[in-house]
Amino acid sequence: MKENEVPQDEDLLKVTREIQYALDENGNYVQIKSTGWDIKNDILKQAWEIVDDESEAARLLVLNGEKSPIYFYMKKNLLDISTLASYMGMFKFRVKRHLKPTVFAKLSEQILERYASVFEISISELKKVPETKISLSNEKI
Amino acid sequence: MQQNQNTDFEISGFKHNMSAHCENGVTSNLLNFNNIQLSEAMVFGIGSGLFFSYMPFIKLNGIPVSSYRPLPGAIFKRTARRMGVHVKSCIFRNPEKAMNELNRVLAEGKPVGMVVGVYHLKYFPPAFRFHFNAHNLVAFGRTNGSYIISDPVMETQVLLDNEDLKKVRFAKGTAEPKGKMYFVDKILGKPDLKLAIIKGITQTCSHMLTIPIPMFGVKGIRFLAKRMRNWQKKLGERKAALYMAQLVRMQEEIGTGGAGFRFMYAAFLQETAQIFENPTFAQLSAEMTKIGDLWREFAILAGRISKNRISADDSYNKAADLLMIIADKEEKLFRELDSVIKSKNL
Repeated sequence: MKENEVPQDEDLLKVTREIQYALDENGNYVQIKSTGWDIKNDILKQAWEIVDDESEAARLLVLNGEKSPIYFYMKKNLLDISTLASYMGMFKFRVKRHLKPTVFAKLSEQILERYASVFEISISELKKVPETKISLSNEKI
Repeated sequence: MQQNQNTDFEISGFKHNMSAHCENGVTSNLLNFNNIQLSEAMVFGIGSGLFFSYMPFIKLNGIPVSSYRPLPGAIFKRTARRMGVHVKSCIFRNPEKAMNELNRVLAEGKPVGMVVGVYHLKYFPPAFRFHFNAHNLVAFGRTNGSYIISDPVMETQVLLDNEDLKKVRFAKGTAEPKGKMYFVDKILGKPDLKLAIIKGITQTCSHMLTIPIPMFGVKGIRFLAKRMRNWQKKLGERKAALYMAQLVRMQEEIGTGGAGFRFMYAAFLQETAQIFENPTFAQLSAEMTKIGDLWREFAILAGRISKNRISADDSYNKAADLLMIIADKEEKLFRELDSVIKSKNL
């Protein structure tokens, strides 16, 4: 890759730029700062769209009364039951139970507080899901 | 020891430099602090940072992980050892102990490298904040109760408060960092740069060529190519596209992997040619640049496949064919490099 071939596409990193190694006109390697590359941007965007879709499916299940809001926040935070359980310091089966709306309704403030802090939201947010589909792919990118 | 706990200080002499790959950057910055001046490319070469593995049974979000690097921490450990530097590294069960130990070492005036997860890393580019647990950064001071952090991915130094740092050091999920921290303990002797380079290249060649399991090195690339041909049939259109997307992500995310690593290794070979005054390394560097360009081509192809979810045509086969070409070229290159490094008239 030559110096002028280093992609400078849409600025996806926003807060920083990334270093790429490329050849200058004398054939020596130099560090070039790049703002981003469309190929990568597309892939990343896709990855967040998948999270959006899975969160939406989860949100509908919660609204339907089939799952507790924890299920939605788990999906939104790209977690699975075992990872969430290790963040909570609990066995998986307990977390699994908490995904049932009936069990969730009876959870103590303490447990709710722990979930809320893992998801970095308030307890009142934890008790409901957003009214519309979330769009992390637009928010983050 | 404890008096520094709440006072502001910054370890003087530590310089934050950006790099393409986090662990190289951390290593280079930590060694530079100890008066061993190595560029990122040199660290990458000496620490044998180039690798390939495809183990379909290790999954992230249900999708197999291909890896273009050795285990996190390996580059630092190897580079330090080969440069005659004694390092200490430890993991923890208890987060409080992990933070206390960090404070203790910082108070001794030593910058500390750490492995962290990026999902909760507050200052990190939001688009990249997935549950990826093998990121590296250095703490080198405190101000207003926050740690002064040198993250090689960022253009300037940043701050992280106690709780945030604790959270990322104890991120959960695949490959948990377990509070891992590492630092230079003492310098053992005067480093022999040429010997270090020879050791680094020898290990890279051996790992890319001779591991007798078909999932690693050049064989790993071929293994992946072979599996790829069946993805559509085996997984269906949607899942196959996801597999492809994950491959590109692992390959091109912030300086790690495919093309980026090849260009970096080419830069290392170029520096090596000057140090040994041997033009053969420069030729191999040029060859490596070409291979890097092929990896870029592969990323473009794979990206297109996963975006359009093209069916009918044989794009998966085309991508696999390209990987086979890359594998052949890399095998040839590393064999040549290996024979150069082993020859007596270096």
